[in-house]
Order: sequence, then C-alpha cells, then structure tokens
Amino acid sequence: MSATAIRIHESLLDPARAVVDDTLPSGEPYLLTIRQGQTLRIVDLEGNQAVDVIFYNAQDLAEHYSATDTMLAQGGIYLTTGSVLMSSEGRPMLTIVADTCGRHDTLGGACAAESNTVRYALQKKYMHSCRDNYLIALQHADIGLGKRDLVPNVNFFMNVPVTADGQLTFADGVSGPGKYVELRAEMDILMLVSNCPQLNNPCNAYNPTPARFLVWDAA
Amino acid sequence: MSTAPFEIPDNPPLAQPVDAPAFWQRFAPDLPADRVMWSEIVPGGCHWSWVMPRGSRLRMVALEAGANLSMVLYHAREKLERYNMPDSLKAQHTAHYTQGHVLMSDMGRALASITADTVGWHDPLGALLDADRMQAKYGDRSFHTHRNAMHRSGKDGLLIEIGKYGLARRDLIAPVNFFSKVAVDDEGRFQFAPGHAAAGAMVELRFDMDTLIAISTAPHPLDPAAEYAPKKVGLAAWKSGPAPADDACRAFRPECARALHNADLYYL
Repeated sequence: MSATAIRIHESLLDPARAVVDDTLPSGEPYLLTIRQGQTLRIVDLEGNQAVDVIFYNAQDLAEHYSATDTMLAQGGIYLTTGSVLMSSEGRPMLTIVADTCGRHDTLGGACAAESNTVRYALQKKYMHSCRDNYLIALQHADIGLGKRDLVPNVNFFMNVPVTADGQLTFADGVSGPGKYVELRAEMDILMLVSNCPQLNNPCNAYNPTPARFLVWDAA
Repeated sequence: MSTAPFEIPDNPPLAQPVDAPAFWQRFAPDLPADRVMWSEIVPGGCHWSWVMPRGSRLRMVALEAGANLSMVLYHAREKLERYNMPDSLKAQHTAHYTQGHVLMSDMGRALASITADTVGWHDPLGALLDADRMQAKYGDRSFHTHRNAMHRSGKDGLLIEIGKYGLARRDLIAPVNFFSKVAVDDEGRFQFAPGHAAAGAMVELRFDMDTLIAISTAPHPLDPAAEYAPKKVGLAAWKSGPAPADDACRAFRPECARALHNADLYYL
C-alpha cells in the first residue's frame, strides 16, 4: 500500500457537541485558532469545493505548514487518514484522524489574480482569487503575517494526481456532498482559509460552494 | 443576479495566447503608438497595482460619468517613502489637485506630477470607502451570492494590492481620489460634487520617481448615490521621459520646482 493511498475513515464525533460550528460561504476568507488537542472537521457541503488552507503555529507564526516536509515525512503526495501535516520546523502540526473523502491535494497551491492571467487570460485579472482572500484576511487581522507567509497550502477535497511519467493532472474530484476530513491539532494552530472563488476551472464545476468548520474539545 | 461590473472574459485562442488589446486606442488615441507601454480598462469596483518607472506617464480616462479612482503611491525602491497628503497640500497651498500640481513624498521629493487634466479638481481629502460604510449604504453583496458582481470596498482593494508588496494595514495612506470633487464649505463641512467627471474626462500623471501605485475603482465614500454603481476607468501607460528643465510643473510653483529637483537628485 502506498503511503498515501485513499483511506476512508468515519468519525464518531457528534456535531451537537462541537464548540465551533461555522459555515463559510463560497469565496470568503476565514481565520480560526484551534488549540492543541482539539479536533477540526472541514465539511465539503455540496461537493468538490476547494478549501485552501494554510496552518501556522499559533505560538510562533513563523512556523507554518510545509507541503514538502509533509510529503517527505510520509513518503508521498496525497493527504488522507493517518497523514501528519508537518511544519517548516519538521514538527507535527495536525494529524488526519478521519476522512470520508480520502484524498486531498498538497501541490495545486492557491489561485491568484496574477496566476489567472498566466493560466487562462490576461483579461481575467480582475476576477476573485484565494490569494486576495488570504491577503485581506491577514491585513485585517494585523498580526504580522503577510504575503511572505503565503506558503504552499493544502487543497482539501481536491484531487491533483501526479502520473508516472511526471505530469501534474487535475482529475475529477473524489469528494461529494457532505464528505469531510477531520484533523487533530498537535500544537496550537492558527488556520487561514480561502473558500476558493475560482470560476475558471472545472475542479469545482465552475460553481464554488460553502464549507462548514466544526471544532471539538479533546475528549 | 444583478448586473456584474464585468463578465468572465473568454480565454484567448491558442494561436494568439497574449490577449492584450490596444485599449488605449479607444480612449486615448492621441498617444504616440510607439511609446505606449500598456493599457487597461479597469471595471468599476476593481483594484490592481503597478510599478511605474520614472519618466513614464499614466493617462487615466473616466469611461463613464461619475467615475472615481483612488490611488496610493509609494517609492518603489524604499517603500517607507510614500505620498504624503499634508506635505503635498501645504507646500502647494491647495486642497485639491489639478494640472501643475505635484504629488510629494514625506521625503520632499516629487513622486508624480499632474501633466494634463480636463477635470480641474481631484480629491485628496475624502479617503476610502470601507466595508462597513459600503454595507451600510449599499447592503451586502458577497461573492457567494453575486460572484463577479460582489462588492469590494476601496479600502479592502487597496489593502490587498499593497499586501502584494509586503505593506500592511498601518502602511495604508490617505489616497488621491481622481475624478472626484469634495469641496469644503464655510463651516468646514464636506460638499461632494455628484457626477463631477464627465465621460471622457482625462487626467495624466508623470512619474518623477520609480513609484508603486495601487488603485481601486470603488465608489467615493461620500458619493450619495443610493445604488452601488462603480464606473469603469481607462488606463494607458506610456513613456515620455523625465521632466525637462522647462517643465510646466516645475514652473507651476517654486515648491514644485524644488520637489522635482529633490527627485532628480535621486537619479543622478
């Protein structure tokens, strides 16, 4: 079994007992602090929505989720049940403890107005993007984080396979309405989210949709 | 869903991948074709940023009556140096900008000069529409319900743009609101002039230093219009060279001459 093969695992946590239960409309940013030991669930309410997330150590914002450290530690690219999200300091940040989707992307990054001009058309530059979302959330939070902290992110619910001959592909989603991923925080976490507003890409059927965030205290 | 400020543009054909139409020919056909650097039609309510080299000019054209273009300016090499509203106003004894005026930095240098203007009054006082004021005036229009017709305040648009260059909330400065007029009455109260700039109205900046500009075409915060209806603006950048010795802006006021001299010293 490859290190990152799809591993479906359901959660027993009861949403009625969650201490956070927020629904984020499509296209919006979101910042949330999650304490060590708490469990975070992200729900793809309508299916195949890209939820672009960067995690920071809430006690030391210079330490952040590292796609490369995470991939190296688990020996593969996809995130699923059992994957440990590693920091830029090589420390575990969160562990995926449940996953009904089964695959999440580490490579696709976050859309930007500038990269839209490259990928699609120069005249698309005024459309909305994850990186604008990240920037406005950080500007208003005013906590010392800025563009330099917008490191390669996790795309929850996205399927971006690498083929044996080295191609990066954007495959049909494996997610669906109501599928979720659950992560246990191994340190105090600041989570930066953009619920992706991309309208140029079939990854979300050109239809961005809401996502739900729940947090439970440690049992 | 209400009218979007812009529709999703088509992807260009594979054989012609660079979709950069000569927009300037539509709104600034008098510009010398061999010196045009780029041109844009910025939809209402949108935002972007550019680094303008010393010796370049930016033609701004209101493509619809009542346009507003909010701009903040920073020295591109040393972004701690930025446009300073009070220094610029008091040096030139003015509370509005028009042809001849110089937009000065906190370091006493000319960042940009207004080399042409058919409007006669641009607003340095009225600041930016922010999200709270925008929502109170126009209601909530988010991406989720309105996609590209969502509202983005002028302040949030500029915060996104300056964030691309490492500038944070505390770096957001008082803007210049081109095409808008805010007079002050005897009791000191603001008097916004609705529909101040006609369609086709034009103002041009010459950059006297390498300057980072960020712009938003969101409505002016004092615009009393009940409907959110931001107007589109045409932009054309072209190369003119730095201010000559007999430049009209140098001659406009002695303070302008000295600010331009100070900028020149940076480029000896």
